[in-house]
Amino acid sequence: MLDTDAFDLRKYVANNTQTTAVWFALVGLIIFGLLRYDNFGSAYNITSFLNYNAMFIAISLGMCFVIMTGGIDLSVGSVAAFTSVIAAYLSPYGIEVALPGAVLAGVGFGAINGFCIIAMRIPPFIATLVTMLAAKGGALIISGAETIGVDWGSNFTKLGMEKAFGLLPWSITIVAALALVLWLVLEKTSLGRTVLAVGGGEDASTLMGLKVNRAKAFSYMLSGGCAGLAGVILASGFGAGQPLEGIGWELSAIAAVVVGGTLLTGGLGSIPATVAGALLLGLVFNILNFENGRGTISLSAYWQMVIRGGFLFAVILFQTRVTSSRPKVG
Amino acid sequence: MQSVASQPHAAQPLVAMHGIEKAFSGVPALQSAALDVAAGEVHALIGQNGAGKSTLIKILTGVYSRDAGDIRFAGAASHLTSPREAQDSGIATIYQELNLVPLRSVTENIVMGYEPKRLSVFIDWREAHIRAREILSRFGIDIDVKAPLGSYSTAIQQLVAIARAVSLKARLVIMDEPTSSLDAQEVAVLFGVVRSLKEAGVAVLYVSHFLDELFEICDRVTTMRDGQTVSVRSIAQTSKLELIADMLGRNVDDIKAAGMTDFGGGTAKTGDVLLQADGVSTGNRLRNLTLTVHSGEIVGLGGLLGSGRTEAARALFGVDTLTGGDITFKGSPSAPANPAAAITQGIGYLTEDRKAEGIIPDMSVRENLTLALLPTLTINGQIDRKRERQIVAHYIDALDIKAADMDQPIRELSGGNQQKVLLARWLATEPELLILDEPTRGVDVGAKLEIQSIIRYFVDKGFGVILISSEFEELVEGADRIVVLQDGYCVSELHNPGITENTLVKAIAQHHQQNEGAA
Repeated sequence: MLDTDAFDLRKYVANNTQTTAVWFALVGLIIFGLLRYDNFGSAYNITSFLNYNAMFIAISLGMCFVIMTGGIDLSVGSVAAFTSVIAAYLSPYGIEVALPGAVLAGVGFGAINGFCIIAMRIPPFIATLVTMLAAKGGALIISGAETIGVDWGSNFTKLGMEKAFGLLPWSITIVAALALVLWLVLEKTSLGRTVLAVGGGEDASTLMGLKVNRAKAFSYMLSGGCAGLAGVILASGFGAGQPLEGIGWELSAIAAVVVGGTLLTGGLGSIPATVAGALLLGLVFNILNFENGRGTISLSAYWQMVIRGGFLFAVILFQTRVTSSRPKVG
Repeated sequence: MQSVASQPHAAQPLVAMHGIEKAFSGVPALQSAALDVAAGEVHALIGQNGAGKSTLIKILTGVYSRDAGDIRFAGAASHLTSPREAQDSGIATIYQELNLVPLRSVTENIVMGYEPKRLSVFIDWREAHIRAREILSRFGIDIDVKAPLGSYSTAIQQLVAIARAVSLKARLVIMDEPTSSLDAQEVAVLFGVVRSLKEAGVAVLYVSHFLDELFEICDRVTTMRDGQTVSVRSIAQTSKLELIADMLGRNVDDIKAAGMTDFGGGTAKTGDVLLQADGVSTGNRLRNLTLTVHSGEIVGLGGLLGSGRTEAARALFGVDTLTGGDITFKGSPSAPANPAAAITQGIGYLTEDRKAEGIIPDMSVRENLTLALLPTLTINGQIDRKRERQIVAHYIDALDIKAADMDQPIRELSGGNQQKVLLARWLATEPELLILDEPTRGVDVGAKLEIQSIIRYFVDKGFGVILISSEFEELVEGADRIVVLQDGYCVSELHNPGITENTLVKAIAQHHQQNEGAA
């Protein structure tokens, strides 16, 4: 599919080759699944697949913005665990309170990240590692290291367990709406373009007079908020706040963002492709589960991680080629 | 020295900076600097490295704050605190290192921060592309504005940067070394743009060390030296020689008086030819350089900034690929393909940027000193610690490096001692030819003398040295022979004894003067 000999950045961006590749792979895997497994296209499989992956898409969206600025957010998994506990505690007051409450808590963590990175000039990797540990510890403290059951009497569990207008789960509907808004923000607003410009060259952006700090603060707070939303979906879908969940989620999110064609060094990225990347990684699991179910192979979850790793490796290899062929600016 | 020759535009200054002072952690960078630029004028700002040009510009554009002095822009007192404010008030800067975002499209790089909007929120990309195309077409450029900027040549990128400035309705466009990476044809396009800016009443502040260019497009020229403004001249009433004299702090008459007779006074004692470069060219401002180094000889490379001194060193050391010419080292024709090959052949290169390219701050004196030596110190994958310590002790003693002990981190040493460690690093590889680029820059006087005597001791053992220095005194005193470069080739050669600073300045200026006479 790729004309590797005549590869250059211009073609890459103009044609979005990698983004296209993600979509092709996604469609290919879906067709493969539909043809091979009887229940693959069943309403149950689709619903549960989307419901489960809504959380990952949400944190991948936030992560995508952070990575586009050239940063990283390692705290998203822990923040999701923390906010799932918050959401569980707030669940008696209904989703109207629990959702904004938990998201705000997430935004709070993002604000701390932003402050450390922008004002205190701590490298993103370290700053978000600190918040990751803090959120993890915080979740265990406020929950007493126990899962916190939600109030089943309120409307809280609707978000994770019921369908909007009888069509799609509320969780994926909300995340899809979020993705649409963020797509618009990235492509159509100064803020979004500044996020990309900052990742493409922070000094240059400053000297062009762009609001660099605002774009970075927005990205980290968005990432925190997305993690908060994921926490709400987690608590709502599983009926409990889970202080021990979220381990390794940041890596899944980074993987989804990278598979979606976003450069880890920042400056290039796409929201639809990030969604596709998250779906693609989820689908690999889904298909391996089906394959296990057929009894033809028996791959453990550990092997599935190996396969995911291999997938990431291939993508990173591809990206290294892009960055190294990037024209130098003198 | 303040020679204010008739100033055609002095009536209506757009920019007036007076008594500007700025110090960085106590070290003064600017002292009583001044700059006047009139509307619709192309004004040149020149000076040697470290004269304070960049600092002055960064103060004007709000990147740095000033310690003292006042700035008026368009008649009003100016207190800019950020590049954004400077842009909004009509000052656009095109930095030497091209501050654009190569990954983003041409359009984005032009409209970024000032995008046309629909409903005052959503960017109107159609309009943005049209606007970008329109601005570029004024410069005679027709390119795909949706493609990433990085996919175009440096020249196009440069023009896009200018297009951005123009689109921001700038009243003053500052260009920092705009032609340093352009070829002749691209320079012509750029000059066309500068002239059309001038016609439109936009002032251009033009920073360059290519003096010929100034005479082509500038109206007036401000010269800076050591953080001070030393002269403001009308370009029509000055000469290159005068400008060079201003930059270097010399008297024009002295330069003229140091006649040709002083050239080639002495005869240097030389051994065999160690290195011979014939007609060496690189794509990097080095044209047809011919240079001979004998064993037992220090050859100085003289010339102004941009004359090709560092480029010559890079070519000889295999950093830049040759596009023409031959290099013969120790009788065998072998242009080194890369620095590793050059080191194997017996060439060492002490770069001019000690901090960025030389020392590893947190490593010890010992580790820094033996870095280049590690391969030969390693036996079966183990470093021979005993020999390592012997070698380090030898050089600490021989070069009188002042360190508490050899395991002290090098960052705790003074600049002069750091430089001695670096020198020792190269000496320890036992090279036969050492290229030293500004070996005593930022070093105190005592250490400077010591470093110079180490260099002399090294050549007296029969090795060769190429010495690059911006300090004429160092070249005159240290070199046996000085090869003067201009625009990437040799213009003259001086022999010691007999060289004085004035003869050197004369030699550097002479060629410029001849050019002028011909023009």
